[in-house]
Amino acid sequence: MNDATPNDLAAIRARLEQARGPEYWRSLEELAGTPAFQEALHREFPQGASELTDPVSRRTLLKLMGASLALAGITACTRQPAEKIYPYVRQPEELLPGKPLFFATAMPLDGYGSGLLVESHEGRPTKVEGNPEHPVNRGATDAYAQASILGLYDPDRSTAITYLGEIRPWGAFLTAAKAAVEARRAQGGAGIRLLTGTITSPTLGEQIRALTKEFPALRWHQWDPAGRDQVRMGGALAFGEMVETHYLLGQAAVILALDADFLACGPARLRLAREFAEGRRLTGGRREMNRLYAVEPSPTLTGSVADHRLPLSATAIHGFALALAAALGVPGLPPPRDASAYAGWIAPLARDLQANRGRSVVVVGDEQPAAVHAIAHAINQALGNVGTTVVYTDPIEVSPVDQLASLRELAADMEAGRVETLFILGANPVYTAPADLEFDRHLEKVKQRFHLGQYLDETAALCQWHVPEAHYLESWGDVRAADGTVSLIQPLIAPLHGGRTAYDVLGALGQQAGQSAYSILRAYWQARLAPEGGPAFERQWRRALHDGLIAGTAEPARPVKLAVLGDRVAEPAPRQGLEIVFRADPTVHDGRFANNPWLQELPKPHTKLTWDNAALVSPSMAARLGLANEDLVELRYRGRRVEAPVWIVPGQASDSVTVHLGYGRERGGRIAVGPGFDVYKLRTTAAPWAERGLEMAQTGRRYRLASVQDQQAIEASRPVVRSATLEEFRRRPGFAHEMAHEPARTLTLYPEHEYKGSAWR
Amino acid sequence: MQTFRRSANTVFVVSLLALVFGVGGLIVLAYAIQGSPYVTRAFDVREQPVQFSHERHVAGNGIDCRYCHTSVETSAFAGIPPTKTCMNCHSQIFADSPYLEPVRASFRDDRSIAWTRVHDLPDFVYFDHSIHVNKGVGCSTCHGRVDLMPLVFQVETLQMNWCLDCHRNPEKYVRPRDQVFRMDYQPPADQIALGRKLVAEYNIRSLTSCSTCHR
Repeated sequence: MNDATPNDLAAIRARLEQARGPEYWRSLEELAGTPAFQEALHREFPQGASELTDPVSRRTLLKLMGASLALAGITACTRQPAEKIYPYVRQPEELLPGKPLFFATAMPLDGYGSGLLVESHEGRPTKVEGNPEHPVNRGATDAYAQASILGLYDPDRSTAITYLGEIRPWGAFLTAAKAAVEARRAQGGAGIRLLTGTITSPTLGEQIRALTKEFPALRWHQWDPAGRDQVRMGGALAFGEMVETHYLLGQAAVILALDADFLACGPARLRLAREFAEGRRLTGGRREMNRLYAVEPSPTLTGSVADHRLPLSATAIHGFALALAAALGVPGLPPPRDASAYAGWIAPLARDLQANRGRSVVVVGDEQPAAVHAIAHAINQALGNVGTTVVYTDPIEVSPVDQLASLRELAADMEAGRVETLFILGANPVYTAPADLEFDRHLEKVKQRFHLGQYLDETAALCQWHVPEAHYLESWGDVRAADGTVSLIQPLIAPLHGGRTAYDVLGALGQQAGQSAYSILRAYWQARLAPEGGPAFERQWRRALHDGLIAGTAEPARPVKLAVLGDRVAEPAPRQGLEIVFRADPTVHDGRFANNPWLQELPKPHTKLTWDNAALVSPSMAARLGLANEDLVELRYRGRRVEAPVWIVPGQASDSVTVHLGYGRERGGRIAVGPGFDVYKLRTTAAPWAERGLEMAQTGRRYRLASVQDQQAIEASRPVVRSATLEEFRRRPGFAHEMAHEPARTLTLYPEHEYKGSAWR
Repeated sequence: MQTFRRSANTVFVVSLLALVFGVGGLIVLAYAIQGSPYVTRAFDVREQPVQFSHERHVAGNGIDCRYCHTSVETSAFAGIPPTKTCMNCHSQIFADSPYLEPVRASFRDDRSIAWTRVHDLPDFVYFDHSIHVNKGVGCSTCHGRVDLMPLVFQVETLQMNWCLDCHRNPEKYVRPRDQVFRMDYQPPADQIALGRKLVAEYNIRSLTSCSTCHR
């Protein structure tokens, strides 16, 4: 189902112009009533017509399957083979065979942890849920955490320590790593580099600090491709120091989301989603809902629940923020360049925000440039929101840095031959580094390359040494959640493939060789919680492991002082051409979950695409350029080219093309390799998230995409969504049930059959 | 003209009878075989790695079922005791017996004793010990007089009609909760009356829907 041609789009527009009030539809195909959609509807729930002529219909298939199943039952007419029972030799305490146990642990993602409660059956983790006692999760989880259980049992994970592809013992790795480090001791460790993802773990931070004390010239770089550079630098721009910004939506009556998908992205997403939902619920005598304005280039989950939504290209949001600041009278900011595109929006929005001073909040997405974050800080300050809906704390990270600059520096040093030894711990820079850094080419200039990772991925292929990394369900560790709460990672199972953690590797390089990650972690926390040790510590430690967190470690709010922003937040000179917007994929994220079939199978919000990414364009752009769904186009951006299929998305900003990271993998598992196209090849340090200057050219070829949007579609007359205004809801709280489509009782003259007991008796 | 010989009459009658009784007999035979101890493995004494006698431990020493099968009241699985449970006593009693060498070896080498399962339900059946025990189904109702078995064998068919017999008419088999673990319990003469009373008292429902067991 793919043929929303330009003609259809004209028809759709004509039809929508006649519509009065909200009208809901499933897809452009349904709206246009294309033959393809009609046929699908007919096949899915037919009046029988297409079934009779189709040689292999669903009904035939079910018949054959039923027959096979019945025949398979004949195999039951045998004696059961003898089965063995292997009881424990010494049964672990608390364990009751047949009953699950639950352990609190935490899953790190982009450095930040989420607190989980994991079910375990006889020593095997089986199900992940949120830890109800965790302040960020409050019992909830996201798709990544749910699917991580499958990642644990992934047969494609790397299973052995290798040197040039040959299996080596851990001892050989230790000898080689230690020798590489010792060789540079006289130079103070110059030439040794450490590359990790974002690190919030206090223990890992302490290990790295100890290592840099021992080797003062050793340099540590951090890189997460979907990291929060802009948030960090925006805070630094506004306040002259690194801070962590926390939004508290529970208090907010008016929320403005500037390209911020806070319900689905960012380390605090679970807490924000909960608070937002509580602000919408009219219970306990509440009469008013919060009001959400969303301005965004591409439809997101946040945008879809907004009361007012404005599709605006990502690079224009800077001007929007400045125009809003000007309307609110925020002092010391430059004027916007051209506010005509959203002129009707600014005045009412400014009035609404003014009317809710101290109860409003401007939330900016992680992908927006630092200047927009700084402007939002100034607006929130001017509206008196600081302290109620926005609070600032010290950074949660061990060492907040501009990661893009950090990686650029590493690449430059590698190119200049200044890097002798590189330890890459849990990162995949060969795949994820911006294309203009040419990380893969420079990496080969490094003499000794060590890689710790869960998969034999693109980076592992270019490193001499590879060590399989333990999954978080196999590791000891700690990580901080979005509010700073230290969440303990405790293993549910011994490493399936002898995996190691960054704690093991860093311990071996420093003075903790031979110590387990557990003893390193425990020693760190003993020194901080109860240095005297003994029962006092034991009690606290067991409590912390049971709860999954160390109480009282959330960062306290602190005052900040807004710097004069002035022209430092002025809009950059406008560029011409289409806009390309990079986003982390909603299911495979930055590519790290590409080998997880549950996440591949999970339809992405709005597009409902599975197993692929696509270049998302607006219907008006499709009409202008003559594009249809599944047309393969060539994306050209600053001399780089990638071929991608097109998917038309209503609600997309008219001249923005959104592409998602994480696909087109070359290594990293049987599932990861294959689907989608790699947009990291278009991503540069100059434009990590959005920039204009994209060109699109038809290739004349097509590429099949699997969208589940129109599957299971029933008759078109039933409402897809039942909606009412707040006023109607107050009058009739049960409106949604009243709108339900009640099927007619059976139309028969006979009395209805009365079912008694089991039907098969 | 005589087309058939006279003997054809006999052949005809015999073949008719053979058809009716033969096919019927085959069906009866199939049922008999299917429920026979040959298929169900009832009364089939299994070889075990240790010559463990329930008779000695239960009838001889008076050890309660739950000393070893610890989770029978709380979990679906009754529990096979860890080697540690054996060694609680056998580190003192018969500590040198050659019969117990597999037990000591297990404890020494930290390797499980590989028992052969005696009561083996098919994998498509869900069975929960705890609910049965808590609703007054005695151990011996299903497992027989284990206290008289030197080596354990199965005494019932463990087939579906056997399960349903009790699920349809629980009053025929339930006993007071405090008698569940008694091996020598004899149902009283007025079992049906007592059963009805217990069914009401223990709130026992006659669960016969497919998904009760085939989940």
